[in-house]
Amino acid sequence: MLIAAVVAFAAAAFAYTAGLFSPERLTPQKLVDGFTGPSGPPLGHRRNHAKGICFTGVFESNGAGSELSRAQVFAKGQYPVVGRFNLGTPNPNADDAKERVRGLGLMISTPDGQEWRMAMIDPPFFPVSTPEAFHALQLASASKEPDAMAKFAQAHPEFAAFGAWAGSAPWTGSYAEERYNSLNSFIFTDNSGNDHAVRWSLAPAAQPVAVPPDELAKRGPDFLEKEIAERIKSGPLRWAMLLTVANPGDQTADPSKAWPQDRRSVEVGSLIVHEIEAERDGPCRDINFDPTVVPNGIRTSDDPFPAARSSAYRVSYDRRTAEEKDYPRTATGSNQ
Amino acid sequence: MTNVHRDIQRFTPLQRTLHWLMAVCILAMLFIGVGMASSVAPEYLTLVNIHKPLGIAILILALIRLAVRLRYGAPALPVDLPEPMKLAAYLSHYVLYALMIVMPLIGWAMLSAAEYPVVLWPGVWLPQILPLNPSLHTALWNAHFYLAFLFFALILMHLAAALFHALIRRDGVFDSMGPALTHDEVAPAE
Repeated sequence: MLIAAVVAFAAAAFAYTAGLFSPERLTPQKLVDGFTGPSGPPLGHRRNHAKGICFTGVFESNGAGSELSRAQVFAKGQYPVVGRFNLGTPNPNADDAKERVRGLGLMISTPDGQEWRMAMIDPPFFPVSTPEAFHALQLASASKEPDAMAKFAQAHPEFAAFGAWAGSAPWTGSYAEERYNSLNSFIFTDNSGNDHAVRWSLAPAAQPVAVPPDELAKRGPDFLEKEIAERIKSGPLRWAMLLTVANPGDQTADPSKAWPQDRRSVEVGSLIVHEIEAERDGPCRDINFDPTVVPNGIRTSDDPFPAARSSAYRVSYDRRTAEEKDYPRTATGSNQ
Repeated sequence: MTNVHRDIQRFTPLQRTLHWLMAVCILAMLFIGVGMASSVAPEYLTLVNIHKPLGIAILILALIRLAVRLRYGAPALPVDLPEPMKLAAYLSHYVLYALMIVMPLIGWAMLSAAEYPVVLWPGVWLPQILPLNPSLHTALWNAHFYLAFLFFALILMHLAAALFHALIRRDGVFDSMGPALTHDEVAPAE
């Protein structure tokens, strides 16, 4: 009868929108599940970049970025930051010497009440071109088929460059010696309303010293966290923030393709880290470094990754906060 | 509109406007909600960016609507309507009003408890109404999630009941909120 049909149609439309009839849809749940190894998820921890250590400090803006974005974060001044050094692994107990990708999450707050959050990594480009390819990489990595990775690499030729980087880029002995890159392109809008496609990096003030991985392996599974906690005792750690501006016509959709080296670079200020704190009781633990949290004057581009990352980070956040009892704080009442 | 008696046959034009406007908003809101929760596509951000200001708009409209309802009341249900149906009508309307007001507040509180900025549009945001707290975030997340499905189920019931009144009982209950502006008995093209 008509009433039943109308109600059933509405319910079906709802289920369709929720993806119930679209098992092939790439969901954030699939991306997050894709990080889970055979031993199950790391309860209470981030589902990827699970091992990390908190820091606090300031972003000291020199004012040069105002030319590219009207966001207050680029006006000359000092703005507080909360951040997190981390390893690109779903294992919170990973061996520091074995994880190729190192990362940095950052949240800068400005007096106007806005925030700029980002999560950067040390490779100069992303392994794959699209979120779908990233999920295919997850499936291939987890696959028991001996030729799964070979097939994946064949279907995703952009992956070869990442493999080459992973095999040849020097390792360092410190989070402080890494250069961290946004990889994704964002659109910066200046005071006149003009748009600029921008990627950015944090370039370390510390001189990188190459250390062979087998040498790092002798330093213990947590040497990066111990080293950074030790290093901060002799003074703040610094990185220069460099905005790289696309030329007209440069693609912005594919983070696996770096822009040519000659693109304009503007040094807009420094990240200055003053304090290191263990994650468990630290201020970064319950922060989602969602790269789509941007101040007015920055917005996402046609790069599909920030949306996918935002969606997946949120699922990871929802799950780990629901598992707080598995990763409780030790200090009573310490929440920030 | 100033001198409304209890024997009114229809809701006031203001009430009808609010009802149909909010019907569109709330249905859109629920579809956006389940859509964004299952997507990693660029539309995810678009949906999230609509979900927040639309939720606040619904909250404001719901508060206005509650005040208007308290001021102008509602037409009496038909005297021959069976008691269980009357009870269902009263109860479901209390719950619908409660959800219209509580759902946006839970969403706002949930974002606050996760320290997500509650941005309505670029450069305009709401204050945090709770401190950062993972267990509170989880409780609010669960409430937001399950109440959304309850809300949708109630709307389907409400729709079924409205059609039942319009097509089967033909007792004027549907017309009291129906979009037709005149009082003639033309059934709306549904």
